Amino acid sequence: MAEPILVIDKLGKRYGTVEALRGADLVVQRGEFICLLGASGCGKSTLLRVVAGFEAASAGRVVVSGKPVTGPGPGRGMVFQDYGLFPWLTVRDNIGFGPRARGLPSAEVARIADRFVETVGLTRFANAFPHQLSGGMKQRVAIARVLANDAELVLMDEPFGALDAMTRERLQDELLTIWAERRLTVLFVTHAIEEAILLADRVIVMSPGPGHIVADERIDLPRRRDVSSPEFNEVRRRLSAMLHSDHQREDAA
Amino acid sequence: MGAALRSAAAPRRLLGLIVPAILLVAWWLATSRQAYGLIPTPGEVVTALVDLATGDEGDAFSGRLPAHIAASVGRVYGAFLLAALAALPLGMLVGRLRWAHTLLDPLLQVLRPIPVTAWLPLSMILFGLGARSAFFLVALGAFFPILVNTIFAVRSVEPRLFEAASMLGVSPTRMFPKVVLPASLPGIFTGLRLGLGFAWVVIVVGEMTGVQTGLGAMIMDARQLSRTDVVVAGMVVIGALGFLSDALVLALGRRLLRWSPSHG
Ligand SMILES: Nc1ncnc2c1ncn2[C@@H]1O[C@H](COP(=O)(O)OP(=O)(O)OP(=O)(O)O)[C@@H](O)[C@H]1O
Ligand SMILES: [Mg+2]
Repeated sequence: MAEPILVIDKLGKRYGTVEALRGADLVVQRGEFICLLGASGCGKSTLLRVVAGFEAASAGRVVVSGKPVTGPGPGRGMVFQDYGLFPWLTVRDNIGFGPRARGLPSAEVARIADRFVETVGLTRFANAFPHQLSGGMKQRVAIARVLANDAELVLMDEPFGALDAMTRERLQDELLTIWAERRLTVLFVTHAIEEAILLADRVIVMSPGPGHIVADERIDLPRRRDVSSPEFNEVRRRLSAMLHSDHQREDAA
Repeated sequence: MGAALRSAAAPRRLLGLIVPAILLVAWWLATSRQAYGLIPTPGEVVTALVDLATGDEGDAFSGRLPAHIAASVGRVYGAFLLAALAALPLGMLVGRLRWAHTLLDPLLQVLRPIPVTAWLPLSMILFGLGARSAFFLVALGAFFPILVNTIFAVRSVEPRLFEAASMLGVSPTRMFPKVVLPASLPGIFTGLRLGLGFAWVVIVVGEMTGVQTGLGAMIMDARQLSRTDVVVAGMVVIGALGFLSDALVLALGRRLLRWSPSHG
C-alpha cells in the first residue's frame, strides 16, 4: 500500500489537568473521506487541532505525508464551524489570501482566486464582503480558500453545524463532488450519525474520558447514498448502538 | 436600495431639528423680556456672528472670525496629527507586546484620568506662554482616546483569524501587517474620531495659554470685556466646526471601512 497521508500514533493531549486525548491511533490513506463521530467533549476538535498544528501534542505524534507536524501549514487546511473569514477582504481576496501569503505573483493569485470562486459557485458574489453573505455562502468561501491553497488534507470541524437543513444538504453534496474531482483527503468532525454515514468512507467513533478511538467502521454503500434505504438504516442502527453503549458506560461510572 | 433608504432617512433627519428649535424659542422667550440682561438674545448672537464674520461695527472683534477660525482649525488638526503619530505606534506596541504592556500600562492608566485643564499650569512652565502650550494641550486631549482605542483594537483581534492566516501560510512575523492591522482598523478609526472630537473639546482650554488668535482666545477676550454675545457666537462656531469635522471623518470612514458591518 502507498504511504498513508496521515498517521496518528498514540496521540495524547492535556490542557492543564484536563486530559482531552489519550492513546488515539489512526491511519488515513490518500483520498479517503474520514468522519470523526462522537459525543460532545470526546476530543474530536482537539484531535483535529493537533493535526492542523494549532495545538502541540502532549504525547505520541502526528505524521503527515511522512513529516511530523510541528505547526500549521498550507498543506493542511482547516474549515471552521464559525468560518474564520477575513472580514476586510472580499470573497475573491479571501480565496486568494493563501496564494498571496505564499508570495505568488498577483496575476497568478487572481487566476487561482477566480477559478475557485467559480468552483464554489460564488462568481456573482466575488466582490461581496463576508458580512453580506449567508452562512452557507461563507462556508463555501472557507472551503474554496483551503482548496485555493492546494491543501491535500482538508480538516473540517462541524463545518455545516450552524447551517439550516437544506443548505447543509446542498453543501454536503457539493463537498462530495469536490472531494471526488480533486481527490482530496478529508477529515470531517461531526456529531450527527446520519451526516457521517452519508459522507464517509470510514466512520471513526470516539469516546470520552479521556478521548480515544473505539471503532473504525468502513461504509461500503455506493454513493450517492440514500438515507432512507434499509442498508443505510442498518449502519445507522449499528453506530447508534455503539454510541449509546458508550453513554451507558459513562452513566454507570 | 441604498438610495431609497437615504431618501427615507432625509425627512427623518429633519426631525432632529425639533428639539433644537424648541430650545431656541425658549432661549428667545427667556432673554427678550429684560433689557440689558447678562445673557444675549438669539438675535444679538446672530448680529455678533455677522459682525465677527464681516466686520461692520469696527470694534476689536469685527471681521476677525476668519483669522480665529484659521488659527483654531490649524491647531486642532495639527495637534490631532501629532497625537495620532504618537498614540498609534505606542498603542500598537502596548496592545501587542507583553513587555511593553507590563512596562507602560500602569503609567498610562494613571495619566489618563488627569484632565487637560490640570495640565495648564505645568504646560505654561514647560512650553511657555502661547502657541506651543496651546498645541501641547490640544494634542494631549486627542492623545488618550486614540491610544486607549488602539490598544483595545489590536488586543481584541479574533484568535480564529490568526489560526486561519497561519494555516494559509502567513508566518508569525507577517501576522501584524496581514491580520492585526486590518482587523483592528475599525477600532483604531473609532479612536481617531474620538480623538479629533476631543481636540475640539479642549481647544478653548488650550487657547487659555495667552495666544492672540483662535476661537478660544476670542472667547476669553470677550469674557473679560463682558461681551457675552461674542462668547456665545464663539461657542456656536466651535460646535458647528466640530460637527462638520466629525461628519467629514465619518464619511471618510464609511468609504474606507466598507467591509465593516458597523461602518459600511
Ligand atoms: N483550550 C482548552 N483548554 C482546556 N480544556 C480544553 C480546551 N479545549 C478542549 N478542552 C477540553 O478537552 C475535552 C475535549 O474537547 P473537544 O473540544 O476536543 O471536544 P469535542 O469532541 O470537539 O466536543 P464538541 O462536540 O462539543 O465540539 C473537553 O473536556 C474540553 O473541555
Ligand atoms: Mg468540537
